[in-house]
Amino acid sequence: MATLKINGEDRQFEAPEDMPLLWVLRDVLGLTGTKFGCGIAQCGACTVHIDGNPVRSCLLPVGNVGKRAVTTIEGIGATDAGAKVQRAWLDLEVIQCGYCQSGQIMSASALLAANPQPDDADIDAAMSGNICRCGTYVRIREAIKRAAGET
Amino acid sequence: MSALDNPSIPSRRGVLKAGLAGGFLLAFHLPARAANEPEQPPDSTEGRFAPNAFIRIDRSGTTTLVMPQVEMGQGVYTSIPQILAEELDADFAAVTVVHAPPNEKLYSNPFFGVQVTGNSNSVRAFWKPLRQAGAAARAMLVQAAANQWQVDPASCSASKSRVTHAGSGRSAGYGDLIDAASSLPVPKDPPLKDPKDFVLIGKPVKRLDTPAKTDGKAIYGIDAMLPGMKFATIAQSPVFGGKVRNVDDRAAKSIPGVRQIIVLDDFVAVVGDHMWAAKRGLDALVIAWDEGKWATLSSKDIWEDLRAASRKDGVVAKSAGDIAKGLTQGDRFEGEYEMPFLAHATMEPMNCTAHVTPGACEIWIGTQVVARVQSTVAQALGLPVDKVTVHNHLLGGGFGRRLEPDMAVSAARIAQHVDGPVKVVWTREEDIQHDVYRPVYRDLISASMSNGKIQAWKYRVAGSSIMARWLPPAFTNGIDIDAIDSAIDIPYDIPNLSVEYVRAEPPGVPTGFWRGVGPNNNVFAIECFMDELARKANMDPIAFRLGMLEKNPRFKAALELVRDKSDWGKPLPARAGRGVCVQPSFASFIATVVEAEVDAGGEVRLRRVTSAVDTGIAVNPDTVVAQLQGGLIFGLTAALWGEITIERGRVQQSNFNDYRMLRMNEVPRIDVHVIESSADPGGIGETGANAGPPALRNAIYAATGVALRRLPIDRAALAIANKA
Repeated sequence: MATLKINGEDRQFEAPEDMPLLWVLRDVLGLTGTKFGCGIAQCGACTVHIDGNPVRSCLLPVGNVGKRAVTTIEGIGATDAGAKVQRAWLDLEVIQCGYCQSGQIMSASALLAANPQPDDADIDAAMSGNICRCGTYVRIREAIKRAAGET
Repeated sequence: MSALDNPSIPSRRGVLKAGLAGGFLLAFHLPARAANEPEQPPDSTEGRFAPNAFIRIDRSGTTTLVMPQVEMGQGVYTSIPQILAEELDADFAAVTVVHAPPNEKLYSNPFFGVQVTGNSNSVRAFWKPLRQAGAAARAMLVQAAANQWQVDPASCSASKSRVTHAGSGRSAGYGDLIDAASSLPVPKDPPLKDPKDFVLIGKPVKRLDTPAKTDGKAIYGIDAMLPGMKFATIAQSPVFGGKVRNVDDRAAKSIPGVRQIIVLDDFVAVVGDHMWAAKRGLDALVIAWDEGKWATLSSKDIWEDLRAASRKDGVVAKSAGDIAKGLTQGDRFEGEYEMPFLAHATMEPMNCTAHVTPGACEIWIGTQVVARVQSTVAQALGLPVDKVTVHNHLLGGGFGRRLEPDMAVSAARIAQHVDGPVKVVWTREEDIQHDVYRPVYRDLISASMSNGKIQAWKYRVAGSSIMARWLPPAFTNGIDIDAIDSAIDIPYDIPNLSVEYVRAEPPGVPTGFWRGVGPNNNVFAIECFMDELARKANMDPIAFRLGMLEKNPRFKAALELVRDKSDWGKPLPARAGRGVCVQPSFASFIATVVEAEVDAGGEVRLRRVTSAVDTGIAVNPDTVVAQLQGGLIFGLTAALWGEITIERGRVQQSNFNDYRMLRMNEVPRIDVHVIESSADPGGIGETGANAGPPALRNAIYAATGVALRRLPIDRAALAIANKA
């Protein structure tokens, strides 16, 4: 039996150590908000935070997480940056199909937590690993700026 | 639009009602139902006011709206409720939205006669029926209140799910009126609101589906979780049409968590305790395939076939004036345009959960064709249709891929061998390599021109008929109404016109609808050739087009607006240019300008995109803007990189590393200007995908003088060293 700290709670589970965190979250723990998109860290749909840093969970072996804190889309609203990002996403009506948006919100939240006033180049650097097939990029950029402007 | 000259060609609206499947109201999920919550009860009308298929009101006043169209990002789970709640005078903040079950009697798309979401027609097709449904329900509730108060219903008003009689100050909530209302006859032709009284339609109300998409609660097909569920992934033949010869599963069986290896005629599946076990198991299998007759098929062969087919005369789909004589008037020009195979690459990979029990099957999926999934699975399993239950979900992108039931059929066939429910998830590689591809097309246009005006236009479309397979009544007399849709709807005033279609099926490769559908190809050919003709006439591309839009004021207004908003004509740096596109179809009137630059090596960078859109009444104007923004990016992505190629019968691309998508750092400013209109609503979801490619190509033409005639963009042809 292994333990992970996920969204502030200790969660116990059984899984091989080389199993990517994505599948532990989705298939073992039933936390389906984190999405499978490509399996090769090309699309960002599976982005979660490990100690606040954005990580592609589709390639991260669960055994490598250790005691570090995992935050998923289900828990990001409890963080200051995450709550701002979620509000801005709704205010500017960013979302279309929404499948990639868990990952987009996780990447944007990590950006704002580390850099409260990102410029366009910062946004490009932080967000270009997240693909959106519906093409919501223009609104994602605006919403990050909106969230950054929130006091 | 779609005014066909040939009465023997069915219009999109008039296609025969095909294959009506009988059905019952079946259980379905709330869009935002948390994983592992108990099943929703079936859509019972007992104890609820249910005057039609779309509206349910219970005694607490809770209004539930049943969605006849599916939500795949296009915002229809907000625009349809806006239309219903507008005429119902319901409290919009309190409505609940549920997926419709498979039932083609109740929920067929009026344009197609089958239960389908596509072709940018959800709002167009359901505009009147939904308004009537809302108005009829409202009239019954008002009548019930008036009867109770013994007053004239005309002296009562309704707002936010309450009926009020101003004269006496009495009022009642809808929940208190449902029993009395349920006993009243449903009015056949209830009065509809004057658009000036709309309080919801035309307003950018907040989407109903998005809050659950910000916190992980939204449930897509891939998120279905059931007690005792197993997880599976599949390998289909890497060669089109190949079969399994034999499988060595010794290594796979020893992988922890692998439970079953299922070998069927045309694919192999590994079932495990989770996707990781299933995927590792699949990777460990040694599968020998009987590659079949397409083992040596290549893109080169397919293009040779298509080019040969395109040289033959086609079936005439439209003719006006005297084309033979017209082509001799003035100077003659020719254009040939080629479009590649494309995959859909929805962000949510193909998946389906199935549970087969003796004599029945239950399916969890996100699909654009819920009734077709039901009937196809029933057929594959030899079950009566009503023994197949389908739970529809939110779609993580559709773009036409989820108009196919193949992933449901394979999941059901796997589930026949599994004790309990099994979720089958395709890897991204499987998703890209086993798609139903947007077909290759080759279009030829001959035109004659004098005094800056086109005198004659002969346009031949050659390519696959998707309709012949997907909706046979829409392929008649050798004409596929989708493949020629925008060719016959050309917005320009041209006195002598001929449109032909040559059906040319690519060997081996399954073809299907892709965002933009047939017009995606037509608009590219038309608008590229228009720019070449403008240059021959030594005219500005917008002025040239405006000269042939006098009879089409809505297009003219859109084009003039985009000209003014895009800084058209203002100087740009060297090797930067602006390109324009005017596009018909889907009953919307859209003009777009793309500004782009080309570096010395031929790489293209987008600088700015501007669109002007007249889509009639924009039910939700913010959604219209969002659909244009997103559609443009979808189309520009394809123009810049999209191509599926085939060697030795195999698709060569496999994932986002070699099937590229536009990313944040590559997306320019996009401005969309919505033109106010009181006309009935047009379609919008497909349109941006069609505007982007020709406008970009024309920007490159302006920037470099190179007239590209096939997609995706050929960088080598644009590099300075290679320029003639």
